[in-house]
Amino acid sequence: MAIYPLKETKQPPKSQTKAVLWLKDNLFSSISNAALTFIALYVIYLLLPPILNWIIFDANFDLTADNQSCGRDGMCWAFINANLKMFIYGFYPQEELWRVNTMFGLIAALIVFGSLIKKSQYRVHYIIGSFLIYPVVAFVLLYGGLGLEIVETDKWGGLTLTVVVATIGIVASFPLGILLALGRQSEMRVVKFISVIYIEFVRGVPLITILFMASVVLPLFFSAGMDFDKLLRAVIGITLFQTAYIAEVIRGGLQAIPKGQYEAADAAGLSFVQKTMLVILPQALKISIPNIVGSFIALFKDTTLLLIIGLFDMLAIVGAASSNSNWLGRETEGYVFVAMIIWVILYSMSRYSKRLEVRFSTEHK
Amino acid sequence: MFTKLKSLLYNNEVRAVLFQILAVVVIAYFAYQAFDNMMLNIEQRGIRSGFGFLNDEAGFAVNDNFFLDYSPASTNLQAFYVGIVNTLIVAITGIFFASVLGLIVGISRLSGNYLIRKMATVYIETFRNIPILLQILFWYSIALSAFPSPKNSINFFDSIFLNSRGLYLPKPIMESGFFFVLASLVVGIVAYIFIKKRSNKKHDETGVVTNTTVYFLGLVLLLPSVVYFASGVYLEYPVLKGFNFRGGVDLSIEFFSLAFALSIYTATYIAEAIRSGIESVDSGQKEAASAMGLTQTQSLRLVVLPQALRVAIPPIINQYLNLTKNSSLAAAVGYTELVTIFSGTVLNVVGQAIEIIILTMLVYLTISLVISLILNIFNKKMQIKGK
Repeated sequence: MAIYPLKETKQPPKSQTKAVLWLKDNLFSSISNAALTFIALYVIYLLLPPILNWIIFDANFDLTADNQSCGRDGMCWAFINANLKMFIYGFYPQEELWRVNTMFGLIAALIVFGSLIKKSQYRVHYIIGSFLIYPVVAFVLLYGGLGLEIVETDKWGGLTLTVVVATIGIVASFPLGILLALGRQSEMRVVKFISVIYIEFVRGVPLITILFMASVVLPLFFSAGMDFDKLLRAVIGITLFQTAYIAEVIRGGLQAIPKGQYEAADAAGLSFVQKTMLVILPQALKISIPNIVGSFIALFKDTTLLLIIGLFDMLAIVGAASSNSNWLGRETEGYVFVAMIIWVILYSMSRYSKRLEVRFSTEHK
Repeated sequence: MFTKLKSLLYNNEVRAVLFQILAVVVIAYFAYQAFDNMMLNIEQRGIRSGFGFLNDEAGFAVNDNFFLDYSPASTNLQAFYVGIVNTLIVAITGIFFASVLGLIVGISRLSGNYLIRKMATVYIETFRNIPILLQILFWYSIALSAFPSPKNSINFFDSIFLNSRGLYLPKPIMESGFFFVLASLVVGIVAYIFIKKRSNKKHDETGVVTNTTVYFLGLVLLLPSVVYFASGVYLEYPVLKGFNFRGGVDLSIEFFSLAFALSIYTATYIAEAIRSGIESVDSGQKEAASAMGLTQTQSLRLVVLPQALRVAIPPIINQYLNLTKNSSLAAAVGYTELVTIFSGTVLNVVGQAIEIIILTMLVYLTISLVISLILNIFNKKMQIKGK
């Protein structure tokens, strides 16, 4: 029996090895493709170096520099460093900052604990409980009372304000949105009419007009003695606005529920409230979760508009910090820094909502 | 008796009626309370009510005014019109550039070229995750600091100038001849539509394809241009006088940065809509098209795009609406559109918040209604037929 020794495996030809093959497939598959590659390279060459130079290579990382010594060729990180507290806490008093930190820490703790008891039967109680109790605790922490010194809302600002307004907006608009969505799907004509008018009206006008409405017109609707906090007015405006959008998101979920579910609930003799709470809403809300996150992202973006009605969110802090005589003309630094922070937050949220979308869509197949 | 009443109370229809009456009563009560308080407050503060203020003299100058008659001596109503026109102008400019950019980026997202694909992705992920107001303010501050002073303007052929005050373009002076230019353009377009219809009919009947590009060039582009030069309409060029340019069309730097930011931001959404539209077309469609012997371009133009657009256009039109609403953020940089002029300056002078904000909202509502009307017509027309 002849023995055939195993032949040595030959390497593929140079033109078929990984890197070259990849280049050929992805960048130079045809003449027009190669031309596109060169155009793209040229655009990158035009855009990237100036941006990188400004942010990193020509930037001044000396955190103790002042406005003079910082130079104008690149980003002045000393400006960011000097105003960092303002960007995060606004004008919140120095010695009370631990309260804001505790509030943020509590959120983190709640989320971590919630993910630990994912399997527990008390999870729903836990979530509902935290939604009810946490806002009260957070309010006492931020505003004061119960022995804590009172910090007026005009001192609130920066990232803290953004988070507070966005959170209140989403939490408050959620139940209202569910009611409106149910109203829009209702068979009662009057209720349906009112819901449709409200939703379409709010969605047809820009948020800024609603904020103007809330800050200028709303106080007129109440008797003269009632003094309305500026922040409260803004939050009311944002909530009214967000409610209409949440309602539309939930309506999408409601419409996705097969008719058989309604009929089965009716056949089982459930009352309207039972049917809605036990059969329809749990399914509808679950389908809507990715879109609810999406609408929260939009709300987070929209909170920058608070600047126009004179509240000091992060964007407004840029103006405040760079009109300070120590740091004149540093708007660009401020905008870039705020853009980076907001970008990181929004990007991670949108990743998260994409992941949710995948998770929920596979479960139904 | 009592059981009868009880069963009546448990009747679903009766309940529905009762509930609706209750809802109306509650809402009417709150509305009445609010209205009552409002009247009281207005009286106490000595604010006028009603729309009489519209005929008062405005008394302020407006930065950007394109073709309406307006001076500080004009009425508030005229200022309102200027605001609406300026809102529409910035919205249309933004929509145009956002669509072009969005189309390019959306197609690039599906390109076979790795670099192009990745660049499009990075662009989209960067700009859609930064709030639009921040982008407007950013570009405004960049434009203010990076563009040269009027004396050292960036100069294109001595007719277009760009500096930190704005963009200056030559302006066609509309004298009597202008009517003929416009008329010839209309005639050209009508004639072209007629020819196009006939060629389509011929194609349907005989299958012969006639190329109508030549007619398009001749009737829609060449004819009006010839009339334009023959009629003696001339261009007024911007000229540097003293500290700034005079004459020509003057697009302020506020307009420039607003339109730029709106286009860049909205283009990311349009690109995503176009991408998902193209991806929604089943790959079997493309394969079938090439099996029938259609070329790559034909398959894209006749098979893929018509189906992709059906999916892509509704979200795109929604983005147009969003762009129009976002143009109200001009208030932050002071481009004089509706919100800046009316809910800003006029409100500060007159103080009649309710009337002014309601008027402003009505304008936007009308725009949204018109746009959703267009959307509905489109959806009806595009519904898959034969099912």
